[in-house]
Amino acid sequence: MKGFIHSIESCGTVDGPGIRYVVFTQGCLLRCQYCHNADTWEIGKGKEMTVDEIIADLQTYLPFIKASGGGITISGGEPLLQIDFLIELFKRCKELGIHTTIDSSGGCYTEEETFQRKLDELLKYTDLILLDLKHIDEKKHRKLTGKTNQHILKFAQLLSEKGVPVWIRHVLVPTVTDDEEDLRRLADFIRTLKNVEKIEILPYHKLGVYKWKELGLTYPLEGIEPPTEETVRKARAILGAV
Amino acid sequence: MEQMVMEKATMDPWRGFKGQKWKKEIDVRDFILNNVSVYYGDESFLEGPTEATKKLWEQVMELSKLEREKGGVLNMDTEIVSTITSHGPGYLNKELEKIVGFQTDEPFKRALMPFGGIRMAEQACEAYGYKVSDEIKKIFTEYRKTHNQGVFDVYTDEMRAARKAGIITGLPDAYGRGRIIGDYRRVALYGVDRLIEEKKKDFKNTGARTMTEDIIRLREEISEQIRALNELKQMAMSYGYDISQPARNAHEAFQWLYFAYLAAIKEQNGAAMSLGRVSTFLDIYIERDLQEGTLTEKEAQELVDHFVMKLRLVKFARTPEYNELFSGDPTWVTEAIGGIAIDGRPLVTKNSFRFLHTLDNLGPAPEPNLTVLWSTKLPEAFKKYCAKMSIKTSSIQYENDDLMRPEFGDDYGIACCVSAMRIGKQMQFFGARANLAKALLYAINGGVDEKLKIQVGPEFAPITSEYLDYDEVMRKFDNVLEWLAELYINTLNVIHYMHDKYCYERIEMALHDTNVMRTMATGIAGLSVVADSLSAIKYAKVKAIRDENGIAVDFEVEGDFPKYGNNDDRVDSIAVDIVERFMTKLRKHKTYRDAKHTTSILTITSNVVYGKKTGNTPDGRRAGEPFAPGANPMHGRDTKGALASLSSVAKLPYEYALDGISNTFSIVPKALGKDDESRVRNLVAILDGYAEKRGHHLNVNVFNRETLLDAMEHPEKYPQLTIRVSGYAVNFIKLTREQQIDVINRTFHESM
Repeated sequence: MKGFIHSIESCGTVDGPGIRYVVFTQGCLLRCQYCHNADTWEIGKGKEMTVDEIIADLQTYLPFIKASGGGITISGGEPLLQIDFLIELFKRCKELGIHTTIDSSGGCYTEEETFQRKLDELLKYTDLILLDLKHIDEKKHRKLTGKTNQHILKFAQLLSEKGVPVWIRHVLVPTVTDDEEDLRRLADFIRTLKNVEKIEILPYHKLGVYKWKELGLTYPLEGIEPPTEETVRKARAILGAV
Repeated sequence: MEQMVMEKATMDPWRGFKGQKWKKEIDVRDFILNNVSVYYGDESFLEGPTEATKKLWEQVMELSKLEREKGGVLNMDTEIVSTITSHGPGYLNKELEKIVGFQTDEPFKRALMPFGGIRMAEQACEAYGYKVSDEIKKIFTEYRKTHNQGVFDVYTDEMRAARKAGIITGLPDAYGRGRIIGDYRRVALYGVDRLIEEKKKDFKNTGARTMTEDIIRLREEISEQIRALNELKQMAMSYGYDISQPARNAHEAFQWLYFAYLAAIKEQNGAAMSLGRVSTFLDIYIERDLQEGTLTEKEAQELVDHFVMKLRLVKFARTPEYNELFSGDPTWVTEAIGGIAIDGRPLVTKNSFRFLHTLDNLGPAPEPNLTVLWSTKLPEAFKKYCAKMSIKTSSIQYENDDLMRPEFGDDYGIACCVSAMRIGKQMQFFGARANLAKALLYAINGGVDEKLKIQVGPEFAPITSEYLDYDEVMRKFDNVLEWLAELYINTLNVIHYMHDKYCYERIEMALHDTNVMRTMATGIAGLSVVADSLSAIKYAKVKAIRDENGIAVDFEVEGDFPKYGNNDDRVDSIAVDIVERFMTKLRKHKTYRDAKHTTSILTITSNVVYGKKTGNTPDGRRAGEPFAPGANPMHGRDTKGALASLSSVAKLPYEYALDGISNTFSIVPKALGKDDESRVRNLVAILDGYAEKRGHHLNVNVFNRETLLDAMEHPEKYPQLTIRVSGYAVNFIKLTREQQIDVINRTFHESM
């Protein structure tokens, strides 16, 4: 079984508990304006890697991972676009006792039966999902990402019903995602979920802007600066984030 | 009656100490294992600096500022040749100092040490506007030969050429070799008289029958050692202390031990003058005083602070070229902290914490070179405290005790950066390093130096094909290494013969067993350049571009190739092979005094100078660009994150590089975790993981590149900014601009 991989980071410390072996998958349906991995968008590009290759590489890092209470995190791109690959990979990880995490925006979630069946299978081997809720407002979500948020919210509800542990993440972009009213609505929605272990505010940063330029794309958030500490603190308070 | 008992109790220096063996013979290890109080708790017991400490440190900072303003040196002795007893006592503030003693009669005044080489001593003075007195110059030119002159009397043309071209360089042929650690603890535990008595016994038992050269030399050395011990007593007496008998309390133990170390640095301007492993030893004295009620925790910390303050003020007269090679003004007062005993008990005591706590009480500093002997079995609270202090100060290095203990036991120290040795039982002949990147170019160019355009290596056929063939290159490279290994060992034999003869470390060796184990400590520079170059030749296509004389002066790489530092076995195995291959060749050659061959993968910061002297290399590195330091991957080529980089380095076989494998790890705080707690936990995990993967040494730097850039522009704002480089730490603002840029350009792991 092969997956399309953008890159691997052997020492992730912000995507889940402990030290994470982070696999960035290639391909995403969303086109978020603040994306710092725009080079992971295009589907079918990237490097093809087998589950065996990744497991062999991952195993060399177990001393670090175990000592830190870490594990593997599949990020992207949108990992769920390669759900068959994920199932195979996580099955193997669980055989090795490795903590598994998916970092997803749920952008490709559907209620279609095949997907649901596969998702059920995948969740058996998944310890944690980092769920990125980008905007609670449908219109603004469309503007920000190019897609509706309805299926994403449904995905969140499904995970809640199934009791899959989730960390909710929200990228805070001044003037785009920091409206207090929106944040309150988002908080209301999060409160309806029963599986949320942690809420994280991710302050917008500009580390990925250069990638847009390399790809010959116009960066839509030109001129927007990262939020001030005060804005972040306020947003944290509203969302009840750590 | 009661008073008499009390008096008697305080009179007996060994009162309350357990164990027998160490009393019968010189065995500090046995003393420690019988009396150590292992501490499993956290740092909450620690005390801040006393008023005296603060006042003294302010004075030191003021003097440091003056020294900087004067161009790097405050005062130099140009009249008196430094010996153990050459100078009267010197003080910072006699009323406040708990631990006394300076190398000369005033702080910050650098001593004159011409035995290594008079020219070096003269140049060091001249560089700062001083002049060695005519009389001294005359004595050391006309009457008394130096180590340096001895070496050059013997060097062959080939050795001179290799040295000039820089294929072997940094050699201790004009300066003190250092890297010898006296067991300074012996003076505190036994008193000098007992040590003299033991040496006299050894003298009697050495060479009763046949007077071979070896025996003659050893008997002369023991006589010198005894003389040095007597001078040590005399020097201490000038400060008002009689150290002929063992220390009776903690204050005396610190002071006795420091006098012993002071004697060493009064007589030797060795490249590295390391301290050993004293903190846990000294803790035993502190514990006894605490129990007897004669010392408080505050006072104990004050002793440590004042002792460490003295270690921070060790200074030598050195030339600017020397400082360019080694960055700043390092002395490598390396202190090994922690580790695990062979019986499984951690050797962590409250004093292990107190020593690290000096980074808070006195602020960060490069010296003493605080080295934690890391084991996955260290107490968790201590691990966390180390990580916390690393994150805060970037002043600590870590070496894998689980890897070293089987080789060196549980009472070894670290000389210089990464060289483990049993304290008082083992010494090394320091051998700097061979430039293997240049050796690879010699393989391609038939032994012609690519920079000097002269024949340095043997004149074998150069490679003439347009594209380099891996097998052909390896065959030739193997031949060059064969030649280099022999030349290298022979050169070191000359150097150490002469150093023993003209610049013998009397007091340091007096604090060793008479029969010591010696190692011939070679070194490798440019490992990552060679590994990547060979990988490029093997996995991509490398075209040689030759000048009019047919010398390959540049290379064009077509296609991609695996690069060392990404945990990719295809290239990591090449790096491993180079180390094993070179070490195996070194072992073929006889060493002076039958020293055991070892090697290190450590460049200090000479990676900058080595790079300067080396032409374009097939990995795409441009001529003059610095090598990566030590065993580090080349800057910017490790793209899979910090752990991939660490995993590559951890593959290098320690058994083949027993003198140490240095790795410098720089990470921005954010990349270590989101908050303080997770940063500490993750750093502990990185150290545990690296230890488990058999990595040897790790320098840990935690800061943002912006801090360094700001410090370059505003040095006055960062008088104590300390960063770890290859195996030691430096004061960032004392580096040359070139070195500062090199440090900033190195890989900072910062992906999130």
